[in-house]
Amino acid sequence: MTTGNDFTLLWLQAGSCGGCTMSVLERGGAGWLEELRRFGVRLLWHPSLSEETGEEARAILGRVERGEERLDALLIEGSVLRGPEGTGRFDMLAGTGRSMFDWVRALAPRADYCVAVGSCAAFGGVPAGAPDPTDACGLQFSATEIGGALGADFRSRSGLPVVNISGCAPHPGWIMETVAALALRCFTAADIDAFGRPRLFADHLAHHGCSRNEFYEFKASAEDVFERGCLMEHLGCKATQAVGDCNQRAWNGGGSCTQAGSTCIACTSPGFEATRGFHHTPKIGGIPVGLPLDMPKAWFVALAALSKSATPARVRENARSDRVARGPAPGAEKRAGAEKKK
Amino acid sequence: MTRIVVGPFNRVEGDLELTLDIDDGVVREARVAASLYRGFEQLLLGRPAEDALVIAPRVCGICSVSQSLAAAAVLRGAQNAAPARNGLIATNLAHAAENIADHLTHFYVFFMPDFARAAYAARSWHETAQTRFRAVSGAALREALPARARLLETMGLIAGKWPHSLAFRPGGVTRALALGDEMRLVALLADFRGFIERTLFAAPIEAVIELASGDALDRFAHGAGAAGDFAAFVRIARDLRLEQIGRGPGLLMSAGAYLGSDGHHFPAGLLDAATGALRAPPLHAIEEDVSHSFMRDTAGDPARAETVPDIHRPGAYSFAKAPRLEGRAVEVGALARQAVAGHPLIRDLLAPQGASNVFARIVARLLEIALLTQAMDGWTRDLRRSEPFCTPDTPLRDGAFAGFVEAARGALGHWASYANGEIARYQIIAPTTWNFSPRDASGRPGPLEFALQGLDVGAEGASSVALQHIVRSFDPCMVCTAH
Repeated sequence: MTTGNDFTLLWLQAGSCGGCTMSVLERGGAGWLEELRRFGVRLLWHPSLSEETGEEARAILGRVERGEERLDALLIEGSVLRGPEGTGRFDMLAGTGRSMFDWVRALAPRADYCVAVGSCAAFGGVPAGAPDPTDACGLQFSATEIGGALGADFRSRSGLPVVNISGCAPHPGWIMETVAALALRCFTAADIDAFGRPRLFADHLAHHGCSRNEFYEFKASAEDVFERGCLMEHLGCKATQAVGDCNQRAWNGGGSCTQAGSTCIACTSPGFEATRGFHHTPKIGGIPVGLPLDMPKAWFVALAALSKSATPARVRENARSDRVARGPAPGAEKRAGAEKKK
Repeated sequence: MTRIVVGPFNRVEGDLELTLDIDDGVVREARVAASLYRGFEQLLLGRPAEDALVIAPRVCGICSVSQSLAAAAVLRGAQNAAPARNGLIATNLAHAAENIADHLTHFYVFFMPDFARAAYAARSWHETAQTRFRAVSGAALREALPARARLLETMGLIAGKWPHSLAFRPGGVTRALALGDEMRLVALLADFRGFIERTLFAAPIEAVIELASGDALDRFAHGAGAAGDFAAFVRIARDLRLEQIGRGPGLLMSAGAYLGSDGHHFPAGLLDAATGALRAPPLHAIEEDVSHSFMRDTAGDPARAETVPDIHRPGAYSFAKAPRLEGRAVEVGALARQAVAGHPLIRDLLAPQGASNVFARIVARLLEIALLTQAMDGWTRDLRRSEPFCTPDTPLRDGAFAGFVEAARGALGHWASYANGEIARYQIIAPTTWNFSPRDASGRPGPLEFALQGLDVGAEGASSVALQHIVRSFDPCMVCTAH
């Protein structure tokens, strides 16, 4: 499917850890490079994958900058580091004498679509955490504030703002499905949310489909990090407040953060890095401060009290175990009750 | 004397720039620069101690488990905690999967594509190298990337996802594997073994592990394993005499890899490759020099040092500091690990010159893929399903602690001081900080700077493929280097 009309993609790494690239290379099946070919996507250059190095790579960037090479999508991985003092010197594109801050601003207007891969490029991410030593930001946001490296008014040549495939790291599917939809020219302004995130994952909460949902329903909570109960009440889990279809699709063949007993740290959310104490739930009067999105506090409190009073023994017991202590055997509750009477 | 600047340097992890002084076509001096600084050591200060388990892995998306484990090791020291036996095994399985994936990515995605470059058009093996290993479109990638993805399903089982898993704790892992998980693990390990025995080695992994000398390796590459990509590399490398280039400074160190109930699977050690002298590494004697770094001068001892950038510092050319052991530059990585562990093949490849080289570095990585695949099989059988996978946290003691692990690229150390349960100091020395360090105050070059000295680049200058081979043979991870 390689023709002169290929969808061209340039992927650059700014202040990144390389994790988004590592993630997308986990595309199973035929592998990411093969999948790109199937969607007619041609990599103009990718720092980890392409053959061209040094002068050859600089030549590609130069042709794109001068408009001699058509650029359909510019993908940036990593925060844009504006420091020190606005110079961008904390992240120089080696061999060019220019900062990535400068390169990003030079190349973005040339692209039909400008895509931030990962929460760093989208919102600033971990490098932008206090004290923000490098004056890091995203392409079009600094945490929740619009602006970023390209400015609030930036629109790529297609008219879209920056598409923010947030996540740390994002699921390989989020990246590839967005790229595929762009390549097939069926991705529109209606396909992103208010933070520029593709709705293909942002229309869901990480909580949806969580394997611990039964514990959540009964507020049967884990108190130690290796227990199976709901992680929200004590251990800082933000899955009810963070967007992502994390628990509706497999990560690495079948996992997810909460599936593995890790709390959701809301890595798809702008400013997630500001949390202090990721493993503890801040509470006021015993009620978690961060409640499920769009749920009135009074209802939450009332429902939690009610459901706690109705928690089956099996659920209560499993919530405090590191493995399934008691399966859902028919009649188990009755037997347990009978044992108590004895 | 001409000075050339090489960059952007691709097919390595992160941002690397080389400055070479060339005289009569020979590199006289090399300066190796990390051109990215994100400030993780500053980001960690003032946070609750446990938050390092969230922040530190994000130093690096290619060895994030290693960063997690170094952070967990420091916390374990501060808690004086005893990890669960199953937890150590599950951790080792995940860590080995990450390190194998790293070695595999390095071989197929970063290193081999250079043999397909036009500079080698006249070589008899060039057409095969192009078909099989060309960047982006080579046939081998269509097999290697799905095999890598399948191997990383280990992370889905043990840690939920990769990179940036949150499952690793001072006491073990947050998820207990059930019988079904164990069976999935056995199945995916069998799939991965199938791939490497079919494609990479074209032989049982035991045949690779048993190779005891360079001669035996050459016989393997022309005989039993001839159909594999490993053999293709060996034949190409011998033709190009890659054992002759990229000599390291001589000291090889391992901090000890894959901690179990009975100590490390690959032991800690410091080996002088020229004399064969082996001893325990004096990790307490590690110091960092910043005379050529864009960093303010603080303490040399990482337990007392701070990291504060200063881009105006005279003479500075890299954001990396220069770690030294008893004042000397040290090479770390798979080669050091296996040389310290005494693998006969690796010791034999070092013997002729008494130094590391491009060929030995690549062979050591591929050997380690075989060794770790075998080890993962054994560890899976060692799990005891009735026992815990994690011990509860115990109260954190204030004070200064250090934790070491072996990442794919070599020794990784974290130094932390806690006050009132918060991080008061944090320093990280990553493998590539060792290998790609700048000069120190006495002018001593870092290992790559040393390895590039004397390289004959002829008229090719910056486009010398030999130069590319030497740099990539270290498998640099620049995002870890300056962090």
